[in-house]
Amino acid sequence: MWAFIKKEFYHIFRDYRTMIILFGMPLAQVFLFGFAITNDINNAHIAILDNSKDVVTREITRKLLSSHYFILDRYLKSNKEIKPAFRKGEIKEVVVFEKNFARKIKTEGKAHIQLILDASNPNTANLLNSYTKGIINTYMSQKLKLYGNLPLSIGVQSKMLYNKELKSVYMFVPGIITVILMLVSAMMTSISITREKELGTMEALLVSPVKPSIIIIGKVAPYVVLSFINLIVILLVSRFVFGMPVQGSVALLLGESLLFLFMALSLGILISTISKTQQQAMMLSMFALMLPTILLSGFIFPTENMPVVLQYLSNIMPAKWFIIIIKNIMLKGVGFIYFWKETLIIFLMTLLFVSLSIKKFSIRLK
Amino acid sequence: MDKREKIIEVENLVKRFGAFVANNNLTFDIYKGEIFGFLGANGAGKTTTIKILCGLLKPTSGKVRVAGVDINKHPEDVKKRIGYMCQFFSMYNDMTVKENFRFYGGIYGLNKKDISDRTNFYLDKLNMKSIENMLLKNIPLGWKQKLAFSVANLHHPDIIFLDEPTSGVDPITRRQFWEMIYEASDNGTTVFVTTHYMDEAEYCERVSIMSEGKIKALGRPRDLNINDVFLKIARNVE
Repeated sequence: MWAFIKKEFYHIFRDYRTMIILFGMPLAQVFLFGFAITNDINNAHIAILDNSKDVVTREITRKLLSSHYFILDRYLKSNKEIKPAFRKGEIKEVVVFEKNFARKIKTEGKAHIQLILDASNPNTANLLNSYTKGIINTYMSQKLKLYGNLPLSIGVQSKMLYNKELKSVYMFVPGIITVILMLVSAMMTSISITREKELGTMEALLVSPVKPSIIIIGKVAPYVVLSFINLIVILLVSRFVFGMPVQGSVALLLGESLLFLFMALSLGILISTISKTQQQAMMLSMFALMLPTILLSGFIFPTENMPVVLQYLSNIMPAKWFIIIIKNIMLKGVGFIYFWKETLIIFLMTLLFVSLSIKKFSIRLK
Repeated sequence: MDKREKIIEVENLVKRFGAFVANNNLTFDIYKGEIFGFLGANGAGKTTTIKILCGLLKPTSGKVRVAGVDINKHPEDVKKRIGYMCQFFSMYNDMTVKENFRFYGGIYGLNKKDISDRTNFYLDKLNMKSIENMLLKNIPLGWKQKLAFSVANLHHPDIIFLDEPTSGVDPITRRQFWEMIYEASDNGTTVFVTTHYMDEAEYCERVSIMSEGKIKALGRPRDLNINDVFLKIARNVE
């Protein structure tokens, strides 16, 4: 048994490609999703068309620019300049103040700001829109208090729970953990088992007195250890580089991850019993596992917005349930009672995969 | 005729995969210390028979005893008594020679001292002590075959199964390989070997020739006139 585990570590550490997939890829993904593929707005270029140029408009402009969301690209002089400015593609938003802005506020208690957005990227446009409104509303409500004598206006205050700043890292980290546990466990184990089949060493192992179950455990154990290390590295990176907290119990998080890990491993074993070559195993885990995991699990796209058929499909994605679980632990900090159902689903899936692969395996022997 | 102890007894062995009959009523005995050649074209059912004898496959019907153990009742007990080397020499390329020996010694339950003693013994014999820390992928194929044979012998099995051990190896290495086989046989190990090469069939004490799941001929090579038998079988298949 120990001989097996040692042997497997030799395989892993002497193959630089395996090492890259095991350790390079997870970190690369975390940084990629954390820094590059972000939905957050930072330093978006905007232009301002100030038809009034009074104290209030300047103050609002200053407020906008002092947030780190916007950078002033230029001041526009007339409406005619708006379209050409967008066409150049550098600016994402134009803020237009109407004439006599300050005076209108004083006399009528009401003035207009027009926001024109480049919606060729709807997500960004939406975010910019709400950020700008947010800043202006805050400013106005402070002002209104000062003026005091103005008619009361109803302000809506939204509060974002669990992720106050709407950071996308918070959304990505649980997804990345899921994808990586899946990738490393399912894909790597299925590849390493089929590799032995291809080399003919699997037969040599099977004719030895070692029990098949020990062979499989020996092959899988190193990946459990390495995936677990990966998990901890990802958690540390997301904590200290991206500032993502773990609100709930860390032990519970690790425990649930371990369960998910076993699920992925048993899936990997199942794949390896089906496929004959490494390529086949790789293709199966890539296309049958990875893509659905990324696309259908709610990692990036919320499952609620999918067509009904895809929603049903997403239910058989183990990743979906796991993402719900870790989001609950990391962001909401709630306890086991809130996600025992999801845990049970993953547990049952694990049982299913294990029994399927045992069945497959014994058919092969008959 | 042969008074030696029977080590493999096969009686009316049948193996079916669905409608396909891979082994059709095989009956043969192999004696202790014998070199038994198992010949036949690809798809004749040789590999199926080896797998059954090694306890990897269950026979559909028939009696099979290997090293005195009934393979239907105790397939696991057989495994300790046999060694196996397949055509891909079944060793790990990304491990050193020594690590391969240690690993296979480990899975056959040898203790550390035995493993290192026997490893040294075989490496000295092969004159390969100097490469014990080399990765296997940097070693020529012919050497690997010899190493693989030593590994398969490491736990001193009663019977060693060789599945086309010399395919893709140069004639000199093949010759040396057969010397190793003879040596093992002299030490009382039974050798069960499959091969494609005619001349190798001549090295065996007895051979059986399989075609379409049946044993077409069995006996000493010089009595059989192998070339004729082969030609006849080849024509039948066509």
